[in-house]
Amino acid sequence: MLEFNAQTIAFIVFALFSLGGALGVVTTRNLIHATLYLILSLFGAAGFFVLLSAPFLAAVQVLVYIGAIAILIVFAVMLTRSMTRISDLYNRQWLLSAIVAGILFVVLLAGVIVPVWGVNGTQIDRPVSDVVAGTVDLGKALVDQNQYVLPFEVASLLLTAAMIGAIVIARDDQE
Amino acid sequence: MNEVVCSINHVVKCLTDAGVTPDLANLLTIIGGVVLVATVPLITVIFLIWIERKVAARVQDRLGPNRVGPFGLLQTVADALKMLTKEDITPIGADKFIYNLAPIIAFATVILIWAVIPFTPLHIGADLSIGLLYFVAVASIGTVKIMIAGWSSNNKYALLGAFRTIAQLLSYEVPLVLSLLIPVMIAGTMSMQGLVHAQGGMWYVFMAPVAAVMFFIANLAETGRAPFDLLEAESEIIAGYNIEYSGFKWGMFMAGEFMHAFTASLLAAVIFLGGWWGPGVEQVPVLGFLYLGLKTFVVYLFSLVLRSTVPRVRIDQLMALNWKWLVPISVANVLVTAFLLQLTKALGLAPQTGDFAAALPQTIILLLGNLAIVLVVLNLVRNIGRNERMAAAATDAAVGHSEDERVAVGAPGH
Amino acid sequence: MIPLWMYLAVAAGIFCIGTYGVLTRRNAVAILMSVELMLNAVNINLVAFWRYIEPLNMAGQAFAAFVFVVAAAEAAVGLAIIIAVYRNRRSVIVEDVNMLKW
Repeated sequence: MLEFNAQTIAFIVFALFSLGGALGVVTTRNLIHATLYLILSLFGAAGFFVLLSAPFLAAVQVLVYIGAIAILIVFAVMLTRSMTRISDLYNRQWLLSAIVAGILFVVLLAGVIVPVWGVNGTQIDRPVSDVVAGTVDLGKALVDQNQYVLPFEVASLLLTAAMIGAIVIARDDQE
Repeated sequence: MNEVVCSINHVVKCLTDAGVTPDLANLLTIIGGVVLVATVPLITVIFLIWIERKVAARVQDRLGPNRVGPFGLLQTVADALKMLTKEDITPIGADKFIYNLAPIIAFATVILIWAVIPFTPLHIGADLSIGLLYFVAVASIGTVKIMIAGWSSNNKYALLGAFRTIAQLLSYEVPLVLSLLIPVMIAGTMSMQGLVHAQGGMWYVFMAPVAAVMFFIANLAETGRAPFDLLEAESEIIAGYNIEYSGFKWGMFMAGEFMHAFTASLLAAVIFLGGWWGPGVEQVPVLGFLYLGLKTFVVYLFSLVLRSTVPRVRIDQLMALNWKWLVPISVANVLVTAFLLQLTKALGLAPQTGDFAAALPQTIILLLGNLAIVLVVLNLVRNIGRNERMAAAATDAAVGHSEDERVAVGAPGH
Repeated sequence: MIPLWMYLAVAAGIFCIGTYGVLTRRNAVAILMSVELMLNAVNINLVAFWRYIEPLNMAGQAFAAFVFVVAAAEAAVGLAIIIAVYRNRRSVIVEDVNMLKW
């Protein structure tokens, strides 16, 4: 079902990046390493966006997640430095959580795969369009008054509020 | 764009004629292109270091390297060989894998930028539709390398240096991105080739001089060049985040830095100085290499002379310059330019064709807007400077200090 | 082309790993990282559905962009809260932060 070409190889590599990185994030004791795994995982997701012909989102993913959020997390880890190595990695309900996450994964996977093969085991072939809207269309959609201009404005308001909130919360009152 | 595909197809065709399967031929062509684009900066960096040392020497009334090879040209090669023979130290307690990863990332992030630089109308690694955003994204990975280099060295000075550097890089990314918005708004595209094509009538340095200057300053800070080189300040502190690195790994950091500075000049030439445009370039596309090289060299030379003439700024001055001056000015610049662009469109003055005369009215209007911004800023600087001088004079008069005892407090913009 | 369900399966995997991290990690920063993973998995889903089902309707990409914004805001405020808590309690372990428990 998978033909062997560059796209497939790229997909497998990115899948390994994002899944392996995600596993590293939740299992690593050292938080700096966990952040680097997070960067790896996010990088894999950026690769997915490229494969899905959404280059703008891929670039923004690298810019926002890796360039800003990951660095922010590293700063937080270092500012709360004594806590980078905690004796107990997980809390007491880790077994229960693992079971819950496992069941969730099985359910999601079933929900993803069953519709593909149908009930009687025949794969439904949905044709994929080659015509894809580009970055220009995304930009126009975001400021089109019939589409997403209101969410866009709300998002910028949210960012402003988050900025002010972060400064107020993290500020040292002694000064 | 079509011609690029054609020229690649030409190579592919040759390969398929020689009996290679089409898929493999495609792959080989792409790999060949990648190797070619990635090797050019590696070769140039050797000469860049020589040029830099020569220029700095001339400014400081010295001779510079002149022993190894003609005019000392091989000095860098000798230095590289010396670096290879040095002991490669990994500090005890360092995080080995990450410690070794950092120089590679430092090098790779700079080379990756070259993938989207249009050298001629035909020669470009990949003409992405989001080329400019790609540059910003790749440049933002640069903070990661500094962070992990500083942290994995297991040295508190390296860590402190990394913090300072990251603070500087993150801050100056804001005016950098905001100044890049202006050419994107004027050209209506983020593709590098598109940006260069749009400058056929008029270079953007004339349409948006404020943005060009912002880009230049922010890039000086992003690449850690003087006067913003306090993150390694070789005459004051030993080094910054890369203090523990030795031998070839340190060499990779240094070469990456030199290359980054040159790449910044290259980008300035592409985005604001018309890239490969020049007389006769449409008939003979290869001339683009020459024109782009010349323009880049002019920008680079300017930054070199600047580096060896101006003194280093303090960290608080650095931050004040960014957040109190560059960021507000670039935000105002974006607003003014957006307004003026819509105005020219409404008045029907937007260029219809890509020649000089068609671009002239829009250029004049944008230039006037830029002039207004510059006048307002200069007036502000003057007022602030005068107020500070008068306040200082008042305290002097009250305390009775002599003139030379006073610490000179310039306006933050200086 | 890669079938759609493979993207969805990978995204489901990331989401569940993130869920596990949120439920089990004791360090608040690690929990925040796991939340980022979950948001990221959702983003992959949004973009994959956009590409395979409605590549001309920008809803998928636009929502992914909004998820970016929310993730950035969440990271900024979340880390500010963690630093504020650390300053008061000298700890970033979520079990130690029980002032609002009663």
